Amino acid sequence: MRGTLNEQLQELRKDLLKMGSLMEEAISKAIRSLATQDLQLAREVVVADTTIDSFEDTLEARCLNILALQNPVAIDLREITTILKIITDLERMADEAVNIAEVTIVIGTDPLLKPLEDIPMMSQLAIKMVTKCLDAFVNHDLDLAKEVAASDTTVDRLYSQLFAELTDLITQRSPFPQTKQAIELIFAARYLERIADHATNIAERTIYMVTGQRVSHRREWWKEN
Amino acid sequence: MVGKIEIQNFNLWYGQFQALHQINMVIPAGQVTAFIGPSGCGKSTLLRTFNRMNDLCETVHLAGKVNLNGMNLYAPNVDVVELRRQVGMVFQKPNPFPMSIFDNIAYGPRVHGEKNKAALPEIVERSLRQAFLWDEVKDRLKEPALKLSGGQQQRLCIARVLAVNSEVLLMDEPCSALDPISTLKIEELIFELRPKYTIVIVTHNLQQAGRISDQTAFLLNGHLIEVGPTAALFENPQHQQTEDYITGRFG
Repeated sequence: MRGTLNEQLQELRKDLLKMGSLMEEAISKAIRSLATQDLQLAREVVVADTTIDSFEDTLEARCLNILALQNPVAIDLREITTILKIITDLERMADEAVNIAEVTIVIGTDPLLKPLEDIPMMSQLAIKMVTKCLDAFVNHDLDLAKEVAASDTTVDRLYSQLFAELTDLITQRSPFPQTKQAIELIFAARYLERIADHATNIAERTIYMVTGQRVSHRREWWKEN
Repeated sequence: MVGKIEIQNFNLWYGQFQALHQINMVIPAGQVTAFIGPSGCGKSTLLRTFNRMNDLCETVHLAGKVNLNGMNLYAPNVDVVELRRQVGMVFQKPNPFPMSIFDNIAYGPRVHGEKNKAALPEIVERSLRQAFLWDEVKDRLKEPALKLSGGQQQRLCIARVLAVNSEVLLMDEPCSALDPISTLKIEELIFELRPKYTIVIVTHNLQQAGRISDQTAFLLNGHLIEVGPTAALFENPQHQQTEDYITGRFG
């Protein structure tokens, strides 16, 4: 029976990684579509989201099935509940990629108010966080999980910078002709910032899975560790 | 933590074989403590220590202390019959006496000197009600207890313990011979009795330990590996051996 559980867990991890790589691809494509104003690519991201949604549904059903039939405890229980949480984060990250793709579609072929610099930088950081948090989960790597959580501050800072820069543009040159586009770009940056938050959630759940300690809302744990 | 039962540096041997090694733990009053572990790990031996059932085995010798209500229950002046009234036991296989339902319950109070015959029907009814058996047997108290189903017999055995005003209820795999419905009834009964009685249960059914106990102790080869709140032990055990056992990756 435990052999079956081990196999089921192994399969779950594999499919979770598949879902993760689909989601990483969605973020990369969405950002590329925005930077190059490639509307076709943006539409692909929107369409591909249904595949990621169905991954969430099937993985959730399989987790519930294991909970109902195998009565997992200890590390197995923590891993199953962690996967249940992670798939929600992955699905929401993919939704943020769709949101970014929709920004591309809304901006359309209007010339960009400035060459994109901060947004691609943020996206590189966010994608690295996504890759690292999934690696941390698969390898039970606490150090990598902590690294992810630490990177979140950098993404937050970049978002604040971009927000300040674009709002300055809007307010200083009144009437600013590309206000709508500037706001859309702020949204795009905000979506990336949320992706980084979700990656941080996954890292924190990984820490729980490995140590049994819930650290999301415990500042003192982060100071001590 | 002050407990109903306190076990201090307790060791027990069957002849040359040491079955329990340096056990230290507290059984809190009014709670359910579960003992888990593979066959032969010493959990039943430890359970039988609490009402000195092990005295019946000639080769047993022991070292260390087991206190009940702060008194060493292996002290020379302890009245073992009185101890077994205070600390009752229910076994794996229901063992009603070959007599009527009524007499099964009245037996204990009679042995312990209940002089007032008129009090017996009242004790029988109260005990059977407490064991959730009254409604099923109230019209056939004179019938042989052995005619009852396995689950009813087990609840009768629990009622028998309750009839002598025990404080501690020891249960050695009380559900392993019962079907799921009877098991559920026993578990509900344990839940109801919990605040008033201190219950210690040996079980091979880990889910049962999880469902009904407040505290779980894991024993292995006569050693107490880990004891703690049940939810914590099943979510995040502190010892690798506990983890391996409860996840089924043992050995």
